[in-house]
Amino acid sequence: MSTPVPQNKVVQWIEYRLPVFSWAIAHGVDYPAPRNLNYWWTFGSMAMIMLVAQIVTGVLLSMHYTAHVDHAFDSVEHIMRDVEWGWLLRYAHANGASMFFVVVYVHIFRALYYGSYKAPREILWWFGIMLLLLMMATAFLGYVLPWGQMSFWGATVITNLFSAIPWIGGDLVVWLWGGFSVDNPTLNRFFSLHYLLPFVMCGMVFLHLWALHHRKSNNPLGIDIKSPKDTMPFSPYCTTKDLFTGTVMLFVLFVFVFYLPNTLGEAVNYEKANPLQTPAHIVPEWYFLPFYAILRSVPDKLGGVIAMAAAILILFVLPWLDTSKVRSARFRPIYKQLFWVFLADCVVLGWIGAMPAEGVYIVIGRICTIYYFAHFILIMPLLGRFEKTLPLPESIHQSILDKSLKSKTGNIS
Amino acid sequence: MLKYVISFFASITLVFFITNKLYAAGDAPKPPNIDWHQEGIFGTYDKAALIRGFQVFQEVCASCHSLNFIAFRNLLEIGFSPEEVKLIAAEYEVEDGPDDEGEMFMRSARPSDYWPAPFANDKAARAANGGAMPPDLSLITKSKVAGSDYLYALLTGYRDEPPEGFELSDGMYYNDYYPGHQIAMPQPIYEESVEYIDGTEATIEQLSKDVTQFLAWTAEPKLEERKRTGLKVLIFLAIFAALAFVIYKRTWKRLKIKDTEE
Ligand code: HEC
Ligand code: HEM
Repeated sequence: MSTPVPQNKVVQWIEYRLPVFSWAIAHGVDYPAPRNLNYWWTFGSMAMIMLVAQIVTGVLLSMHYTAHVDHAFDSVEHIMRDVEWGWLLRYAHANGASMFFVVVYVHIFRALYYGSYKAPREILWWFGIMLLLLMMATAFLGYVLPWGQMSFWGATVITNLFSAIPWIGGDLVVWLWGGFSVDNPTLNRFFSLHYLLPFVMCGMVFLHLWALHHRKSNNPLGIDIKSPKDTMPFSPYCTTKDLFTGTVMLFVLFVFVFYLPNTLGEAVNYEKANPLQTPAHIVPEWYFLPFYAILRSVPDKLGGVIAMAAAILILFVLPWLDTSKVRSARFRPIYKQLFWVFLADCVVLGWIGAMPAEGVYIVIGRICTIYYFAHFILIMPLLGRFEKTLPLPESIHQSILDKSLKSKTGNIS
Repeated sequence: MLKYVISFFASITLVFFITNKLYAAGDAPKPPNIDWHQEGIFGTYDKAALIRGFQVFQEVCASCHSLNFIAFRNLLEIGFSPEEVKLIAAEYEVEDGPDDEGEMFMRSARPSDYWPAPFANDKAARAANGGAMPPDLSLITKSKVAGSDYLYALLTGYRDEPPEGFELSDGMYYNDYYPGHQIAMPQPIYEESVEYIDGTEATIEQLSKDVTQFLAWTAEPKLEERKRTGLKVLIFLAIFAALAFVIYKRTWKRLKIKDTEE
């Protein structure tokens, strides 16, 4: 059953030449989504809302922002004080970056819990990781733009990591900077790239969704769609649900924008960048903290950089490290628990990343780093082999029928 | 799943609690928490305090510190009348030019001018302050972690004598709350440093509180507009979310009905 294209003359004229309407209907209305999707499946559309919100606020900010070391900090304050609704644009953009990471991290852990990265969704999963990498790059570049103390010193610390690369490291860093330190050429190229990458992300989102719509969504049971009875049309079912959760997300975002606008930021970034004075603690934004902790857990600089990169890159091979035939953690009693241990490990790493690298913190950081990699390299391959999984339901539709039967007869078990 | 979520958060909290306890000792004293007028969802600036605080800034701090992001016209926002702002501006001279002969010249300031800095450049500021740089104060309450609480604690935290055994360098002063306790700024505020126009008694605490509130305003002048707008936006979104929830639930009911028909 497919929804017809409206009979309107203009629509038909365009449709004949370029079938945008039937395309939009096929992907935005008729797309068959599994019937049993839960709230965790609404975070993808929230991430899309955030990407659009960042682009809209970012384009408007760029109209008043000046990418020059002598003017960047002042131009951001000019936005905050003199531009009509400028304070709202800037707080929405700065806190929007955090909201974006929150929903994307939930989105990723959802995939980990329900095994959405497994066959036949590996390429879909790769595009997702590339989106994460692009997003991290964009957020890092953007954080440099207001040219506060943390902007400058964060940029210095992170770009310096490239100097750990043998042979070419030193030259590479000079090339990245466009000079012999983080300076005006650096700020200019960072602005250019910060403007560019979100549009690359848009293209990547397109590929991500293309792969999704080709092999269809995973679902909480982790079993394949077997008949049309297992599905529902994307609109109105997913659209109404996404509208609701999207609004709740905006509510949370605006609580921060209007009432806690600087809580997630670093206070010293309201001090203008000063290359002669290093701040007491250099810490990245919260969304980088787990990776920062891994970086600092390795005593060797190059080793730290490799570990940090590997922490994300290992996700690319996760579909093959995980040897279990069963996707969803619902039917994997041990993985179900280890999933939460892994999540806790990431949270603790995040907290270690915010602490000074000394004493107990180093020890905890190292243990958690080792566990992080052990989860992928040891636990996932072995678990798939030895874990006794629970029997899978016959179909999505059958499991829904069983459930409603149970609730009618009163839950006997 | 709920069981897991709960035990997850419980164990995380436990780890944080234990290590924070282990490491809490040894830090500089935390500035006492003060209930500022501008705090909270409905918090607004205490306009009378801002006017008094401006007077403290103008008569005490301005001789060493700049206030680069504030123009005289901004004083309209804290309750000065246009005439008063003109008079305040006229007390200051700013450089303008070049004129038709190509010369720079001095003229009295206008409301559109920015607050003139006490020193021509950073070097001059350092030279006049024994090598230390008095920072610009426009954003000072936002650039410190404890914000207004820190500023107030700093201004009231001076001691005449450093504690027994503390080596104080030449030209430095002892302060309870400054990191490392040695600060190059001499105690700026004393009893009666300023004679308030509105007759308020000028204790050290009063003067410090007022100037702190003034500097909280210079850092975040849109605070009141922000909170007012926020309330409207959040009420709108709450209603919209409730409606969206109803629509979502009603739509999904259709799916359930289909099941029972089969
Ligand atoms: C005699 C000149 C002078 C006066 C007057 C003065 N300051 Fe300072 N102030 C300084 C100097 C110098 C420093 C830098 C101190 C240092 O680096 O050790 C400073 C630093 C500060 C700091 C930064 C402290 C930190 O934690 O970094 C604040 C805040 C401050 N002053 C506020 C004020 C306020 C508010 C007033 C008015 C009530 C005031 N100052 C009056 C000279 C002065
Ligand atoms: C993936 C989407 C994006 C993310 C995650 C992101 C993130 C950030 C972050 C973290 C900051 C620093 C905010 C601060 O502390 O002040 C920033 C600043 C900035 N961004 Fe973006 N951004 C995105 C998209 C864009 C786009 C598309 C544009 C322009 C078209 C843009 C323009 C700007 C400008 C001009 C600033 C400097 C002003 C300021 O600091 O507030 N951003 N961005």
